[in-house]
Amino acid sequence: MDIIDLLRRPWPWYIAGPIIGLTVPALLLMGNKMLGISSTLRHVCAMCFPANVPFLKYNWRDKLWNIFFAIGLLLGGFIGGVLLQPDALMPLSPDTVNSLQQLGISPQKGILPVEIFSWAHLFTWQHLLIVAGGGFLVGFGTRYSGGCTSGHGISGLSTMQWPSLVATILFFTSGILTANFILPLLLK
Amino acid sequence: MMKKRNFLFLLIGTLFGIALMKSEAVSWFRMQEMFRFQGFQIFGIFMTAVPSAAIGIFLIKKLKLKTLDGEPIKIEKKEFNWGYVYGSLLFGIGWGLTGACPGPIYVQIGSGLSISIVILVSALAGTWVYSYLKPRLPH
Repeated sequence: MDIIDLLRRPWPWYIAGPIIGLTVPALLLMGNKMLGISSTLRHVCAMCFPANVPFLKYNWRDKLWNIFFAIGLLLGGFIGGVLLQPDALMPLSPDTVNSLQQLGISPQKGILPVEIFSWAHLFTWQHLLIVAGGGFLVGFGTRYSGGCTSGHGISGLSTMQWPSLVATILFFTSGILTANFILPLLLK
Repeated sequence: MMKKRNFLFLLIGTLFGIALMKSEAVSWFRMQEMFRFQGFQIFGIFMTAVPSAAIGIFLIKKLKLKTLDGEPIKIEKKEFNWGYVYGSLLFGIGWGLTGACPGPIYVQIGSGLSISIVILVSALAGTWVYSYLKPRLPH
């Protein structure tokens, strides 16, 4: 009982970080697979609507492991978010609560702010730009750069690939600038 | 034919997803906190994940470990092209807005947030449009 209780509480970074990191050697040992999640988006496109696009014409069946990994992520979200739902979230920094409140975002109740990410509030052009426009850029940008936070940030950096270092520095910088300067314009 | 091995990949993905969920690395709020340098949680995850992965890989090399099929471990080198630059800058904009990179999108959906399906579908559209335009984009 105590263990379940412990698991239900939010996990500190020093527990989650190593688990996430050790995924890289685990996947290599399981069959020379490189951790990378944005590739699953390409495989789904290749599987469902290849439409004769050369970049989508390959044997996605060889990459099925990646799809299984993504299904695992869905399951992990269910186990971690529903079965092991915590009584309370980790407190957010008061400064962040303040900055977000000035943008009309109420203190967190879940992991997404309902003022933007909910069916009731999605259909304004600003919110569509954030949710759908942002999502589009996540898909477009990660494929253009050949990886995301996991593929470049974790796999790439831990195997000391300098193109991944370039990518990681740039998407962090771009994310920081966007969150601080573009997001406020869309929310006010 | 479905390989049994795929269930191992499913299991690893599940653990990865639980870790992302329970550490709130899938939270838009937590991500905004990081982007504003107001909290340590996400930086801490990143700063422990990378060395853990590196130590694991170091041990694999040191002990000359093989895959489950007995093959030598090989890590492909990435070749730089300018797509890394343009793509990462665009991805960063999307990340700053949605607070989600591809992994967390799946985890959010699994945790029951149907609105994240909009992010996923948009990301698939973005991936498809990139694939279509690839020959005409600078790399």
